[in-house]
Amino acid sequence: MSQKNNMEFNQLTIHELQEKLRDGSLTSVEITESVYRRIASVEEKVHSYITLMEETAIGQAREADRRIKEGNADELTGIPIALKDILCTEGVRTTCGSRILENFIPPYDATVVRKLKDAGAVFVGKTNMDEFAMGSSTETSWFGITKNPWDLERIPGGSSGGSAAAVAADECIASLGTDTGGSIRQPAALCGVVGMKPTYGRVSRFGMVAFASSLDQIGPVTKDVEDCAIMMNVISGHDTGDSTSVPAEIPDYRKFISRDIRGWTVGIPREYFVEGIDPEIKDAVDETIKILEDLGAKCIDISLPHTEYCVAVYYIIAPSEASSNLARYDGVRYGFRATGGEDLLDMYKKTRSSGFGAEVKRRIMLGTYSLSSGYYDAYYKKASQVRALIKSDFDNAFKKCDVILTPTTPTPAFRIGEKVDDPLQMYLCDIFTLSTNLAGIPGISVPCGYTRTDLPIGIQFMAKHFEEGKLLQIASAYEKNSKIERRRPEL
Amino acid sequence: MEYEPVIGLEVHAQLLTETKIFCGCSTRFGETPNSNTCPVCIGMPGVLPVLNKKVVECAMKMAIATHCRINGTSTWARKNYFYPDLPKGYQITQFAHPIAEAGYVDIEIDGTKKRIGITRIHMEEDAGKSIHDDLSPFSYVDLNRAGVPLIEIVSEPDMRNTDEVVHYLRRLHEILVYLEICDGNMEEGSFRCDANISLRPKGEEEFGIRAELKNMNSFHNVQHALEYEIQRQRTILDGGGHVIQETRLWDVPQGVTHSMRGKEEAHDYRYFPEPDLVPVVISDEWREKIKNTLPELPMEKRGRFVEQYGIPPYDAGVLTANRDLADYYEETARLCGKPKVASNWVMGDFLAHLNEEKLEITESPVTPQTLAELIDMIEDGTISGKIAKEVFEDMWKSGKNPKKIVEEKGLVQITDTGELEKIVEEVLEANQKQLEQYRNGKEKLFGFFVGQTMKATRGKANPEIVNELLKKKLPIL
Repeated sequence: MSQKNNMEFNQLTIHELQEKLRDGSLTSVEITESVYRRIASVEEKVHSYITLMEETAIGQAREADRRIKEGNADELTGIPIALKDILCTEGVRTTCGSRILENFIPPYDATVVRKLKDAGAVFVGKTNMDEFAMGSSTETSWFGITKNPWDLERIPGGSSGGSAAAVAADECIASLGTDTGGSIRQPAALCGVVGMKPTYGRVSRFGMVAFASSLDQIGPVTKDVEDCAIMMNVISGHDTGDSTSVPAEIPDYRKFISRDIRGWTVGIPREYFVEGIDPEIKDAVDETIKILEDLGAKCIDISLPHTEYCVAVYYIIAPSEASSNLARYDGVRYGFRATGGEDLLDMYKKTRSSGFGAEVKRRIMLGTYSLSSGYYDAYYKKASQVRALIKSDFDNAFKKCDVILTPTTPTPAFRIGEKVDDPLQMYLCDIFTLSTNLAGIPGISVPCGYTRTDLPIGIQFMAKHFEEGKLLQIASAYEKNSKIERRRPEL
Repeated sequence: MEYEPVIGLEVHAQLLTETKIFCGCSTRFGETPNSNTCPVCIGMPGVLPVLNKKVVECAMKMAIATHCRINGTSTWARKNYFYPDLPKGYQITQFAHPIAEAGYVDIEIDGTKKRIGITRIHMEEDAGKSIHDDLSPFSYVDLNRAGVPLIEIVSEPDMRNTDEVVHYLRRLHEILVYLEICDGNMEEGSFRCDANISLRPKGEEEFGIRAELKNMNSFHNVQHALEYEIQRQRTILDGGGHVIQETRLWDVPQGVTHSMRGKEEAHDYRYFPEPDLVPVVISDEWREKIKNTLPELPMEKRGRFVEQYGIPPYDAGVLTANRDLADYYEETARLCGKPKVASNWVMGDFLAHLNEEKLEITESPVTPQTLAELIDMIEDGTISGKIAKEVFEDMWKSGKNPKKIVEEKGLVQITDTGELEKIVEEVLEANQKQLEQYRNGKEKLFGFFVGQTMKATRGKANPEIVNELLKKKLPIL
């Protein structure tokens, strides 16, 4: 259990640390050192990171302390942040969890990385992930499995499993993940932390190694909702380097924290409470509904009629885009190249056969097939049409409610190896999170309790495009009033 | 049997933008390999394309010039295939919704006009170059060209012989260069052409099986390759065989086409909408703005020259071959006020000298001002046409203005009747024998006396006055 009297700084939130940094009672170097002490003691068990950046981090911390002293600190100045290893970092290896990028060192920063740098954040390291973000358990990483800090025999979720585990295990203060079908929200739920997938176009994707370009978004994983708002303040906004990022006004997300939700309507989509959902998770949602109603919100039954097609649509669109996005890993210009290729075609085959893992190859084949001439209309085109229907489901729903509430996952964290050989079971882990990516709307997962065996449970809120503020408002109202005891995993 | 060829062309034109289509790298040709590259055009992980607006404007200009409909919304697609010079493993192009469709180009052969339909124009990025060295165990990749903007202009299968093909290509080439959106250099690959060709029995409606021809890097090659291919297909059909659908390469040294890949080996490009780019939206205002920047196009200019200057269509064609020449001619004609004479001079001595020395119009030592002065001097009788040619030579060599040359060399025409009369008398005096023969009816000798008089004045005599004087002095026959 936590040592309340001897609290380590690495256990604090961004907003708690901000105060201490500002009043001079703590330095960024002290915080950063406490983070690395924690890493030294637990990383061997959890394995959140692929690459640690201790040397540069201490340098960044010193620079941050100087900046704070000079009085021009930003919201994240001096805060140790972990980055999912899908985000390009200039001069620091970026593997995407794959052998094929084992030694790839980008000569550029992702836009979000640059924004965090400008804000004075300290980079702890690059977190583990499913290879090319394809997976829901972080088991497909070329660099080993990340364990769930709450039960080391269980998976942390994925694909941003390293980012969620690092926050849950206090190996960083907050982290960035990416979410293509639930890859931030699902591991956040399974690790008992907060994770948000912003609206498609709200955060620049430049420098995020692409998985499925029309679905990918970068978002924060944090210890509480207020930290999520702080991170969103820094990473959001239009970027001329990403044509799909939207030039819309960014509100101060922190203003939505602690506002009440009296009079709001919360939609509960009946299609999300089907068989296969764990009874403890069902109970947790029911409990949440009660709390929201106590806060003055009205919870109503709604329908998202095309929900049953989400998994099928997603597993056509995402692999199709992936099959094209991953074509550049051919061994010609950078990354891994297999030796012994007899000619060009043989070099391609050997490089891609041994450079990619099984799940990535499975999805490349699925996507290649879906886009092939003769099959395109039946698969990709049909899926795109159904995707439009899924979008309009949400448009219709949001005419009746402010936000939608669902469980984040159908079950709590499962055991390592339990689903890794059963792709279909693995794909169903994201059954509640895929729809927001398909519709492009924002979603947030917030801890809502624990199972009898002490595994965290998360609930998900969804809102209209660009209404991240509403998500933060209801999530923080819920967080403050849910009276869930704040626990820490024993490690 | 008599066959009719059916030919359609796909022309790729490299656009003359400063930077590439999706990144800020320079498009300059002939630089050190891989020096004009960045993470975007090298296809590094996580980078994203950002559209260069100038590319859209170039494509719009071509679309307007070829009477295409410009689509208010057009979209991007990925064309997927593996090749080392294609860094991303896909080419960003336009597929389902191109920027422009349904236009035409008019051609004219021996006074007969024909309209060649344009199916579509779309924008895309070029690939890099693979460099193979027979002496080395490696192949090399130069990505300087990767991401250089192209437009592809796809024609309808409207051409029926190689003459039409060459005329159509020349028209396209001329328009692109006139618009200053392509340098038109076929050898460097800025203007490339693939052809689809099939044969059908004359009078038949249905198309035959086509072959696609590639690797024709000059107008000459296009014509030869197509003529070869017509002959090849005719021989197959006459022998009762079937042409197979395939891609064939023109082998320049051998003068034949070779099969490159058959229908079965054709790539499945797995086109799908490019998720990294938003659709290109073209407002009416933008289209109008671009339309207003368009220069007068060669066909219109030709018509206007015939009309306005009263010169033959052939001359108008020569003078409008490029914008600089047309401007040079118009300026000369305006300054001297004698468009027909100006046309003769520009098409004659001027172009002959220019071509001989392989100079650009702008490098010519004779400017429209000096040429117009020369023409003025002929017109007002200061010098004769014959002397003018001599003066032009001098102007070309020295760059001096014609008045100065005429002055310095004393080439002013002798128009003084008294002076000329004396010379004529001397000529007649000196040529008694010929005078005798003339008197006896050898009328042709009149020209001889004119010539002798001109010779005596070293060409400076005004020929009209000489004529008149001789008529007066010689007996009437």
